[in-house]
Amino acid sequence: MPGEPSAGNAIQAEGLRKAFGKTQALDGVDLAVPRGIVYGLLGPNGAGKSTVVRILSTLLRPDSGSATVDGIDVLRDPGAVRRHIGLAGQYAAVDEYLTGRENLVMFGRLSGLRKSVARERADELLERFDLVDAADRPSKGYSGGMRRRLDLAASLASRPPILFLDEPTTGLDPRSRLGMWGIINELVGDGTTVLLTTQYLEEADRLAARIAVIDHGRVIAEGTPAQLKARVGGEALEVAVVDAADLEAARAIVAGVASDEVFVEPERRRVRAAVADGPSALGRVSAEIGAAGIATEDLGLHRPTLDEVFLALTGRPAAEEAE
Amino acid sequence: MNPARALRDSGIILWRQLVQLPRIPEVLVFALIQPVMFVLLFRYVFGGAIATPGESYVNYLMPGIFAQTVAFGAVASGIGLAEDLRRGIIDRFRSLPMARSAVLVGRTVSDLVRNFAVVAVMYVVGLLVGFRPEGSIAAQVLAFLLLLLTSFAFSWIGVVIALSMKTVEAVQSAGFIWLFPLTFASSAFVPTDTMPTWLQVFADNQPFTIVVNAVRALFLDQPVGNYVWLTLAWMIGITAVMIPLATRQYRRRSA
Repeated sequence: MPGEPSAGNAIQAEGLRKAFGKTQALDGVDLAVPRGIVYGLLGPNGAGKSTVVRILSTLLRPDSGSATVDGIDVLRDPGAVRRHIGLAGQYAAVDEYLTGRENLVMFGRLSGLRKSVARERADELLERFDLVDAADRPSKGYSGGMRRRLDLAASLASRPPILFLDEPTTGLDPRSRLGMWGIINELVGDGTTVLLTTQYLEEADRLAARIAVIDHGRVIAEGTPAQLKARVGGEALEVAVVDAADLEAARAIVAGVASDEVFVEPERRRVRAAVADGPSALGRVSAEIGAAGIATEDLGLHRPTLDEVFLALTGRPAAEEAE
Repeated sequence: MNPARALRDSGIILWRQLVQLPRIPEVLVFALIQPVMFVLLFRYVFGGAIATPGESYVNYLMPGIFAQTVAFGAVASGIGLAEDLRRGIIDRFRSLPMARSAVLVGRTVSDLVRNFAVVAVMYVVGLLVGFRPEGSIAAQVLAFLLLLLTSFAFSWIGVVIALSMKTVEAVQSAGFIWLFPLTFASSAFVPTDTMPTWLQVFADNQPFTIVVNAVRALFLDQPVGNYVWLTLAWMIGITAVMIPLATRQYRRRSA
């Protein structure tokens, strides 16, 4: 929308600040989330991600700053905002004594649906989230993955255009995590805007069209995953040789594709360097190492982890924050 | 929020609480075990040593037990709400376009239903151990209604306690601690005239004694004096103070 870039945004926040006692949880957060995408809020524990979600979903009032969700002022008209949002994940739960179906009907009705509509919608969601077989059992007995699916389904009862997912895959096994990613991608395909918080770079990378990295209550970087990775230094190529005598030869080969300094770790017999175009660099190194007759233990591309993103952006590892 | 919507949403929460009830049998069982123990303890252990001129001790005791049962129900209200807060289900409710009051109203009304069931069972237990109410049907129905009003008022106190505490464990302790002096320094189990004067002054004038005296007089066909009116005044007064207090805390509370 030329001329009016902010009017079309699903979520717009300016200067959000919030303190809990002496802890400054948010220290001036600005966000602009375009419609119809997954927007990732990436950061370690305690960075302020959940506080942002709680403010935008009307659960918490900021000390200062302003925000609109679907064009509605969060502070002036929280009641109206609630008709446009769904909230799932860490800070929203289902009733464990009610069955899956009862939960969905209850949350549908509390979202304003009529009884008959809420029932139909519950059937539809049970089908879509693969919960039909468990529909009439209390959710207490559900597996972790099933409970998260029910939790997500409950937030979708009234088809909200904007969805907040607070760490939707934390604690899930890899298989359930993949399933959840598939569901989130589908939702966005239907036109929903998703604000997703996560501690996992891989998750943000897989799902989000844009990412804001948040640390100490501030957004320290914002952009597409590709832009962020470029700031971090992108992919790294790593070779581990069997014989330490080959280390120097391997170093020379890797240096031919490296975009930056080459690191050698003699005790682990590893050579490592940042590369600009991962797949083609990997092909070249693999061919040259083969031609030189060097036996390798490991040869591959290494994507930057959250730790490395943090190291690159803040000069210290993310793990410090998690304590 | 319009009243029709508030009523509808409270009804949905009430439905939730009532569906839960038979699925958490512990809650109902413990709600019954405790007053039954008190009945047995006072009827057969302490009762013989307590003089209640003009009335058998079991007749004196049972109205006190009924009142104590509904008062202790306040703790269950508080614990249930604290659990909901801990689990995050309250956050989901707060993110929905539902009436703000519905979660609390639905819960306190469901406690009323539970307490009614528990008192009805206790009435039968009383008959089994020799309780012989002499009041007319109308008087006994009125006594039941006063007990339910008391239940409602005390539930709101439990809700306010739950919303003021940070953990479920704290709600559990804080929920009981004020109930012991209130229910024992009263006319529920012993006539107050054997107490030292300073205690008797408190015991005779505190609201729990007033409830006990009102329902005892109604069940046993004794002169009720002002006790019915005083009970109404106290319980409506407590409810009128607690509801806005609880609603304000609920708005502010973020788990």
